Amino acid sequence: MLMKKGAEANLYLEQFARVLHHAGESKVVVKHRISKRYRNPQIDKQLRESRTTLEAKLFSDAKRAGVPTPLVYEVDCVGMRIVMEFIEGQQVKLVLEKMGPKARRNLCRLIGRQVACLHHAGIVHGDLTTSNMILTREGKVYFVDFGLGEYNPSLEARGVDLHLLRRALQSIHFRITEDAYRAVLSGYQQEFGRGAGEVIKRVEEIERRGRYVQKEGRV
Amino acid sequence: MLCLGIEGTAHTCGIGIVNSRGKILANASRTYIPEHGGIHPREAARFHAANARLVLNEALKAAKIDIDDVDLVAFSRGPGLGPCLRTAATAARALASWLDVPIVSVNHCIAHVEIGRLTEGAKDPVTLYVSGGNTQVIAFDAGRYRVFGETLDIPVGNCLDVFAREVGIPHPGGPNVERLAREGKHYIPLPYVVKGMDLSFSGLMTEAVRKHRAGSNLRDLCFSLQETAFAALIEVTERAVAHTEKREVMLTGGVAANKRLREMLKLMAREHHAKFFVPPMELCADNGAMIGWTGVLAYRHGVRQKLKDTGVMQRWRTDQVDIPWRNR
Repeated sequence: MLMKKGAEANLYLEQFARVLHHAGESKVVVKHRISKRYRNPQIDKQLRESRTTLEAKLFSDAKRAGVPTPLVYEVDCVGMRIVMEFIEGQQVKLVLEKMGPKARRNLCRLIGRQVACLHHAGIVHGDLTTSNMILTREGKVYFVDFGLGEYNPSLEARGVDLHLLRRALQSIHFRITEDAYRAVLSGYQQEFGRGAGEVIKRVEEIERRGRYVQKEGRV
Repeated sequence: MLCLGIEGTAHTCGIGIVNSRGKILANASRTYIPEHGGIHPREAARFHAANARLVLNEALKAAKIDIDDVDLVAFSRGPGLGPCLRTAATAARALASWLDVPIVSVNHCIAHVEIGRLTEGAKDPVTLYVSGGNTQVIAFDAGRYRVFGETLDIPVGNCLDVFAREVGIPHPGGPNVERLAREGKHYIPLPYVVKGMDLSFSGLMTEAVRKHRAGSNLRDLCFSLQETAFAALIEVTERAVAHTEKREVMLTGGVAANKRLREMLKLMAREHHAKFFVPPMELCADNGAMIGWTGVLAYRHGVRQKLKDTGVMQRWRTDQVDIPWRNR
């Protein structure tokens, strides 16, 4: 069953038994990176292949770093498919603005801590938006999309990662951006420890570098 | 009501005359072309100052009106090059006070979207706005035009132009790169950079120039440069379409002239069952009519400004502007 038609992949919800092995009972998600007719076939193949294998690796390394991610059951580099665990819960995008301020701050702090865990493990997510995060009933936050992630321990990459999260908050959750972002940073600092200040400073620098930043904000 | 719109954010000195029903009565312009290198802001501003009168007379003649018939003056307040913006703003203030009519300032990027909505009949598009000075993916949400992706460094038009200049392709760079690209056959791998919702083209440009110096075929390079840059643009636009679930896609800005880019965006739009729009080129490029029309929209919906509050904003963000003429 088609669950979501995303920009770069289709997500299907299937029975474990149907896709993998008859002994399984649970549901799985099949992420199929579809070919894009608009782009050059070589770019298309290269992007889909590298993103599929890389994403599978990132899922498991992120989990090892202590960040909840779906279990990867199968990687198919020819069919450009990843078969993974189905995470039951709600998209953070849909719940973030409905929560009370305190619960929201706690959630954002947790997200910030998890981003710090990734960065500690040398991973940058590359697409930190609230639509890529699933909040489960136990209060865990799963990062379910590493399609644009990479292994990159540089200050710049970490800065861009946090900057993107802030941009996502600005465009999607513009009513609560600043409050949410502050909480993210506090969680990030708490988990990252020494060196977090340097990353946050870099975020500000990246923002000043942007093309459309007012002078007042460029001090 | 007749609105006179003055555009002067970069190399185009444009004056358009639009009535309150959205009829474009005139759209005159002159474009500054540097003798060598890129736009020198001060030189461009000097060009605007020298040509404003000529363009104004042309516009009045084309619209068959007298200067006294103008009821409202609109001008491009930003984003853009400081000296150019200040020249256009000075002209607008002078006209408004001499004619004793109201003045409204307009965001250049939003004007690009609004003129497309007016002439193409798009209601609520995801807009890919690509030019030598700007690269943004824009969509309306909750009272404002939100930016769903933008360049982190240089605009895509600038990437093509600078590449052209560096490898000795004559002016105009973009169109000449496109022409050469059509003869390119082999794809040369170049850095493809999408960072979340945002784009980056400076590394791509540098690498393409480097490959040229290392002896790669120029036609293949032009082809590969376009394919790489445009695929990234479309990917980001596609993500905005998927995210907002809007059913319209619009392309505008100077780079909209590129046929390959049009073709790619059209294919993407079709995959998402979205309608595809491109305004005519004279309205995709910087022009006064779009400023005039956006001025009409703002004025009709209660936007009023005092002369002293019309200082230019070089880095005015698209998402900083309230849009009272659109429903939430």
